[in-house]
Amino acid sequence: MKILVPVKRVVDYNVKVRVKSDNTGVETAGVKMSMNPFDEIAIEEAVRLKEKGVATEIIAVSMGVAACQETIRTALAMGADRGILVESDVDLQPLAVAKMLRAIVEKEGPKLVILGKQAIDDDMSATGQMLAALLGWPQGTFASKVTVEGDSMTVIREVDGGLETVVLNLPAIITTDLRLNEPRYASLPNIMKARKKTIDIVKPGDLGVDPTPRLVVIKVEEPPKRQAGRKVASVAELVDKLRNEAKVI
Amino acid sequence: MTALVLIDHEGGLLKQPSRSAVAAATKLGEVHVLVAGSGVQAAADAAARLPGVSKVILADAPAYANALAEPLAALIVALAPGYSHLMAATTANGKNVMPRVAAVLDSQPISDIAEVIDADTFVRPIYAGNAMATVKSSDAKKVITVRAASFDPVPNEGGSASIEAAPAVDMPAGSRWVSAELSKSERPELTAARVVVSGGRGMQNGDNFKLLDPIADKLGAAVGASRAAVDAGFVPNDYQVGQTGKIVAPELYIAIGISGAIQHLAGMKDSKVIVAINKDEEAPIFQVADYGLVADLFVALPELAAELERG
Ligand SMILES: Cc1cc2nc3c(=O)[nH]c(=O)nc-3n(C[C@H](O)[C@H](O)[C@H](O)COP(=O)(O)OP(=O)(O)OC[C@H]3O[C@@H](n4cnc5c(N)ncnc54)[C@H](O)[C@@H]3O)c2cc1C
Ligand SMILES: Cc1cc2nc3c(=O)[nH]c(=O)nc-3n(C[C@H](O)[C@H](O)[C@H](O)COP(=O)(O)OP(=O)(O)OC[C@H]3O[C@@H](n4cnc5c(N)ncnc54)[C@H](O)[C@@H]3O)c2cc1C
Repeated sequence: MKILVPVKRVVDYNVKVRVKSDNTGVETAGVKMSMNPFDEIAIEEAVRLKEKGVATEIIAVSMGVAACQETIRTALAMGADRGILVESDVDLQPLAVAKMLRAIVEKEGPKLVILGKQAIDDDMSATGQMLAALLGWPQGTFASKVTVEGDSMTVIREVDGGLETVVLNLPAIITTDLRLNEPRYASLPNIMKARKKTIDIVKPGDLGVDPTPRLVVIKVEEPPKRQAGRKVASVAELVDKLRNEAKVI
Repeated sequence: MTALVLIDHEGGLLKQPSRSAVAAATKLGEVHVLVAGSGVQAAADAAARLPGVSKVILADAPAYANALAEPLAALIVALAPGYSHLMAATTANGKNVMPRVAAVLDSQPISDIAEVIDADTFVRPIYAGNAMATVKSSDAKKVITVRAASFDPVPNEGGSASIEAAPAVDMPAGSRWVSAELSKSERPELTAARVVVSGGRGMQNGDNFKLLDPIADKLGAAVGASRAAVDAGFVPNDYQVGQTGKIVAPELYIAIGISGAIQHLAGMKDSKVIVAINKDEEAPIFQVADYGLVADLFVALPELAAELERG
């Protein structure tokens, strides 16, 4: 079976973002960009399913500016077979992304789509569930273990109280949680090989989707800053401060 | 304008984050709540007593027993015509169900709101809370999840709403619940606790987390952890505090052997008072801590337990 993995280009998780002085967004010029960490986990899971003989082909899709090709190349170097870039300069929100992914799913016919549980820039945690709804497929969100057995799949999910196990009929949607696997680093030979793999480029219009944002960003601001407090010299002083100054115990 | 709030509940009790979601909804207009499950009359009765709620919709059927997203989303979509806003707390359940609802309604969800400006405009954190975006929705129906730590929950008592049965809905097939393995604890839930004591990689192993027990007992605290501590297997996944774990804002947060990565801070920096115990005086956690103690935790924790015991 084919597996589709959407991979998003985001500000690297090590970067401390800064709000632009005109309050229109965060500074992204000159900032290190990487694949969303949850999407690396998604690619890794797909590659493992291929290594086990469950999957036959892995397609990595990214949506956004032309530079998203770099993100697709990373996915190809990790083991995806080919890529699709939906190129757009518009702020792509999950509803539009999910609609475009639906169009790609209808064309490519994957039996499984593995997404990240959230993108670490916009933290929406929405796209996978939305795609599942648009396709009428079942969903296994926040997955920490996935086992494919014939036409169905067992998914262990991370929920607020612990873990939950569900069985989904294929085709289905998975979103990855942190503990699903530890993504591999691409080896140099694989990075070289990835350069020869194909990336098709399409536009939102080719997929019949109007990507105009439904949520308009009015302004982006710094959150209130927390002042660093002070050091205490001993446990006794700490407890005294908590009791008599902060009065929280 | 009426909002419908999906309620998380367990054993007849309402989850505190859902009471925060109700608090956010009351800023928009009339509030109805949805209690779905199997054998959940007690939870519906409890929901009817929430102040500010005028109607409880009770969906009591085996299909809703384990809060699978597919049937729950279908139910909320069926109820949607009566509402301007469809809401839930940003919990595992809310995050699982609400985007599914939004997609069917052709609405862009507004995730994890921290403030209500007006019926269309909300503030939500982005980039691990390092920026706050004010966003305005142009969708006819708003689908919203609510950051519980940003809204004081409505009290448990004070209201007297009517209870009405939900309509029957065609159940989508395709998913089946098998089992759950939930952490058992006598302690308060992380997202509802007044005090949270969290351990990080510095704890070294799962056994050492027992050093936190007497302190948590004494303070009536929940125990949390950094991702590093969860990944290393010291504690289960549901202990994780942070951008991709639970968001907490207790009166007192005590971080022990935690360095203070951006992703961890995102989950706790709105706590009222933060205490950090770390042997590295350069650890970034000290930049947000009200009280920092540079010390070896294996020395400090027994001392702290003893000092609290002294009362
Ligand atoms: C204030 C603000 C500023 C913004 N600035 C920019 C900007 O400068 N540039 C910009 O491009 N966007 C910008 N956006 C849009 C935003 O970053 C997201 O692209 C969009 O809202 C999707 O949400 P999410 O990524 O959090 O989705 P989630 O639902 O959290 O993502 C889950 C998963 O969906 C998949 N996915 C999501 N989006 C894509 C994608 N585009 N391609 C492939 N897979 C995907 C991935 O597998 C991902 O792990 C901005 C949004 C806001 C609110
Ligand atoms: C996509 C993504 C999502 C993430 N989500 C989260 C999240 O939700 N929550 C989260 O917490 N992290 C998250 N992280 C991980 C985060 O980046 C850090 O790696 C993690 O928080 C580090 O945990 P730590 O502070 O326990 O470990 P470390 O950074 O290793 O710090 C351990 C600290 O313990 C101190 N220490 C060691 N021994 C002692 C001792 N004997 N006495 C006193 N102090 C001692 C050290 O000085 C050090 O400061 C995420 C990362 C990524 C990439």
